[in-house]
Amino acid sequence: MEYLDLIFQETYKILFLLVPVLVSVAMIVWLDRRVWAFVQKRQGPNVVGPFGLLQSLADALKYIFKEIIIPASSNKIIFILAPIITMTLALIAWAVIPFGVDQVLADINVGILYIFAVSSLGVYGIIMGGWASNSKYPFLGSIRSAAQMVSYEVSIGIIIINVLLCVGSLNLSDIVLAQKDMWFVIPLFPMFVIFFISALAETNRPPFDLPEAEAELVAGYQTEYSGMMYAMFWLGEYANILLMCALGSILFLGGWLSPIELYPFNLIPGALWLIFKILFLFILFALVKAIVPRYRYDQLMRLGWKIFLPLSLTYVVLTASYLFYFNLLPTN
Amino acid sequence: MIAHAIFFYSFSIIAVVSAVMVTVSKNTVHSVFFLILDFISISCLFIMIGAEFLGMIMLIVYVGAVAVLFLFVVMMLNVAQQKNQWFISKENSNHIPIGLLISVIIFFELIIVIGGWKYKPDLFDQGNLSIVNDVSNTHSLGMVLYTDYIHIFQISGMILLIAMIGAIVLTFRQREGVKKQSYLKQISRERAEGVEVVEVASNRGVKIDD
Repeated sequence: MEYLDLIFQETYKILFLLVPVLVSVAMIVWLDRRVWAFVQKRQGPNVVGPFGLLQSLADALKYIFKEIIIPASSNKIIFILAPIITMTLALIAWAVIPFGVDQVLADINVGILYIFAVSSLGVYGIIMGGWASNSKYPFLGSIRSAAQMVSYEVSIGIIIINVLLCVGSLNLSDIVLAQKDMWFVIPLFPMFVIFFISALAETNRPPFDLPEAEAELVAGYQTEYSGMMYAMFWLGEYANILLMCALGSILFLGGWLSPIELYPFNLIPGALWLIFKILFLFILFALVKAIVPRYRYDQLMRLGWKIFLPLSLTYVVLTASYLFYFNLLPTN
Repeated sequence: MIAHAIFFYSFSIIAVVSAVMVTVSKNTVHSVFFLILDFISISCLFIMIGAEFLGMIMLIVYVGAVAVLFLFVVMMLNVAQQKNQWFISKENSNHIPIGLLISVIIFFELIIVIGGWKYKPDLFDQGNLSIVNDVSNTHSLGMVLYTDYIHIFQISGMILLIAMIGAIVLTFRQREGVKKQSYLKQISRERAEGVEVVEVASNRGVKIDD
């Protein structure tokens, strides 16, 4: 009986995390389109509900009632599995994101490695979708995307090492608490910029949205998908973007900590601060989408391997030697 | 404890079944997917015995990078047809006996190692390992790897680097007549040198160098 109780309690906690994440994914799509439209002097979705807030809901309804078409020559099991994997991986990574002191679903010792592992698994949803469609455009798109995600993971990993050198722990709560005196965005500012750009590439956002470059590849790996399966790819993508924003705010912007430890700011709960930071990063993502043209594929690879990788490696050496020289290495 | 056993058995059953499916399945791409499933369940087993760092590194390195390369190769080379031809065609390929030989050798090696370990538990000297139990997994691994075994660790890194450079040297070939783009040239292009106004003679046209 006690065991069942535990299971119910955990399920309740998981639902309490997942439902807000899914709702905010829907809202974030609306925000993305709105910001994009405002930069281009358009209105964006503003008809359904107040300010068009219910637009995503209407879109979701449309996707649910559309017919799911499975191509006859596709590999059916893998074709259906691909969007499920994308969506699941985008959601399970949220388990370790801390929203405050002890406000975390799973406070594991290797939290940052867990997020890194899950985001490196994300490439399988895309490869499987592209391969199982048994069509040329999806296959080319998925191959491109896999190469892109694998190369930018390398630089993200090395940037994470930079932060870990300053923290001395792989636990996400420890990483946030280590920024009590100074957010890592100040000493590690170049790394924050590179992390932001790599996160854009990792989540296939413009200007790195080559897997679905409509001018060359129709819609990339999503070409053969329709209805709810397409919507699942789409939800997974936005959940991944939110996750990357959360990771950026935890690693560099002090997670749930308030910017100034003074009276009026202290009253705002930590979870709200984290949400503000995620939203700030997301609006930057949306602005980049609106103002930057798409990269060419060879430029993308050059940026990842020839510029970001050496830069971040050099910065690791710099950070390590600085910490060592001034005896600032964390000891625990 | 029961929950622990349930999880352990389900993960190990998945691991064994998917390992068998890697060799049995007809489609090579399916084989790679089963291999990935195998990796994932093995890393779950690692996490269950408390080696969370190893489990995560297994996921990142093997599943996140190595298996992606496997998939690339298998998808690009179209190995699926070749594999079917070996089994169907009348003249047997000579790959199967070699594979059998290697697997038998590995099997006996495993028997010797595990048997020796069971027979004499202190076969491997663990006395000089400075494993501390009250710090986290990652911490103690780092302590051992970067203090006692730093030289071996560095040398293995060197060997990997040399292997990488060797692979690049072997596969690198410079092809003639390939058009390349120079970023410096593209960025430093000015309007004056990019546009040229030409008097075109009627009925003759112009010759533009390319």
